[in-house]
Amino acid sequence: MTTLDLAPKRRRLFDGMPLGIVISLGWLALVVVVAVFADLFAPAHYTTQDLTARFRPPILFGGNLQHVLGTDHLGRDVLSRIIYALRTSILIAVLGTLIGAIGGTLMGLAAGRMRGIFDLLVMMMTDIQTAMPSLLIAIAFLAFFGNSIPLFIVLVSLEGWERYARLARGQVISEQSADYVKAVEALGAGPRRIVFRHLLPNIAAALVVQATLNFPGTILLETSLSFLGLGIQPPGTSLGLMLGEGRNYLLNAWWIAVLPGIVIFMTTLTMSLFGDWLRDRLDPTIEREG
Amino acid sequence: MSTPLLQARSIARVYETNRGLFGRSAGVRAVDDVSLQLDRGDTLGIVGESGSGKSTTGRVVLGLEPPSAGDVLFDGQPIAAHGTPAWRQSRTRMQMIYQDPLASLDRRLSVAAQVREPLDIHHIGTVEERDARVNDLLQAVGLSQSVTQRFPHELSGGQRQRVVLARALITNPSLLVCDEPVSALDVSIQAQVVNLLTDLQAELGIAMLFISHDLRVVRQVSRRIAVMYLGRIVEEGDADDLLAKPEHPYTRALVSAAPSPGRRMADRQMLRGEPPNPANRPNGCAFHPRCPVAIARCRSETPELLDLGGRLVACHLAAADAGLAPHAATVPDRAKTQQVEAFAP
Repeated sequence: MTTLDLAPKRRRLFDGMPLGIVISLGWLALVVVVAVFADLFAPAHYTTQDLTARFRPPILFGGNLQHVLGTDHLGRDVLSRIIYALRTSILIAVLGTLIGAIGGTLMGLAAGRMRGIFDLLVMMMTDIQTAMPSLLIAIAFLAFFGNSIPLFIVLVSLEGWERYARLARGQVISEQSADYVKAVEALGAGPRRIVFRHLLPNIAAALVVQATLNFPGTILLETSLSFLGLGIQPPGTSLGLMLGEGRNYLLNAWWIAVLPGIVIFMTTLTMSLFGDWLRDRLDPTIEREG
Repeated sequence: MSTPLLQARSIARVYETNRGLFGRSAGVRAVDDVSLQLDRGDTLGIVGESGSGKSTTGRVVLGLEPPSAGDVLFDGQPIAAHGTPAWRQSRTRMQMIYQDPLASLDRRLSVAAQVREPLDIHHIGTVEERDARVNDLLQAVGLSQSVTQRFPHELSGGQRQRVVLARALITNPSLLVCDEPVSALDVSIQAQVVNLLTDLQAELGIAMLFISHDLRVVRQVSRRIAVMYLGRIVEEGDADDLLAKPEHPYTRALVSAAPSPGRRMADRQMLRGEPPNPANRPNGCAFHPRCPVAIARCRSETPELLDLGGRLVACHLAAADAGLAPHAATVPDRAKTQQVEAFAP
């Protein structure tokens, strides 16, 4: 009876966490706190220019305390810009992931529940989405419709929605053959109650894991588009935009591009690690020692 | 004579199976020409081995699956089409108990939430009334207050089946279909749950269709027993009488296979072979390939379910023994009327 000891396992979810995961979670918490309270953390505003203090290196490379992580080609404080860029990038990635996850999940739930022609249509759309890189779709839309933040967020949310749809559909189809779903149906429950009260909570774990694994991809899509100049426009800032701007000065002032790059790298890596760990943790078929 | 609570008239259930991409689809007759009748407060046991169609019969009479032929009357009215509001409303009057109580409970909802769910679905009573009713029902099935906030996996098998029972009874149904309700439980727990079922049934006056492969359990619960083989009823009669004097060779084999203390194993009449594939049903009597006393006629002619003095049997030999003329016995009209009379209380 493996299912019998599910609850104690769930309660011990965060016991015995590997050090790597603790560090990952710490980094992610730091990122979120800094992004939310950017105004408190940033020593300067991200648009404040000081043309007399251009290309100052970070403190360990001959810089001074006034600009801990140096300045860029317009004399703007890199630390402040990273902090505000983090806010923009995280906001877009979180919103994009949420929209993609909710939309994809709803489509998958409906497809798995209704089957028939609607199921075929949804699956066809997921196949199209899989076959076309979301970066390409985003570039095409941004080129045609111009740049706006809402459109940008919607386009970013296209990254991975089809994975939620496929996952939710498959899970619903397997889950609704379970006796408890049949029992609730036999009690006279309507489709909404069956889907949202019974099916969704039972398949939520897999979807949450999918979201954590998908989140880095969303950040990368946002940064790629901004890097290409199709995303966030100056004077706004995002991690990808900083990377794009710093690229021109990579030889003489590497910190402008490398520091935001490291932040992107760390955030996506820690999120992936956490997602991997969470998947193993929530999957009862993977045996754990202890 | 009042109308019976449940009446199934020559119901059949055919499942289509596709064989390969270009293969012709074949129909599997899981249930074939089954007629049942159940009065208020009465219990009918259905026994048979795996694949005999007993569970499908239960699902069809409950309206969970449409019959491919024939019809089901509940309280004299045909059951509304599956999924319609009228059908949903009718769920409060008939309920089902499943084999595996853990699987039939949502593992993410507390006991109290699941037991009160039928009331929530059908908007019965106020919130306080619902909670009070949940407590009453949990008490009635012998569960203490302490389990209300527990989750299904934290309960024992017997407790879980009690929760399922409480959920089924909370809307005060008139019909309960129990599909192998105790076969997933330990023998000691089986007795408790069976006793609880019979007690509650007597107290609440619920009619019960009790499906099982375990003759001892069925005998304890049922007033009448129907034996199914390959989608058809082969014998039906008063529970004690049927088990004491089985007429159909298949029932004889079943009764003989059930272990009973003090009887030597060597005397048992063992069945050979397996039940045939329902998709490839033998001609004539479906039981003839395994029947120890089959005659030539069994291979060509399907026996009708005939009334042999309070007992319905579908067997040429039993009919001949009872002195029924073979050709007269196959007149369907006569068989039908006899059947209805036999069911009258």
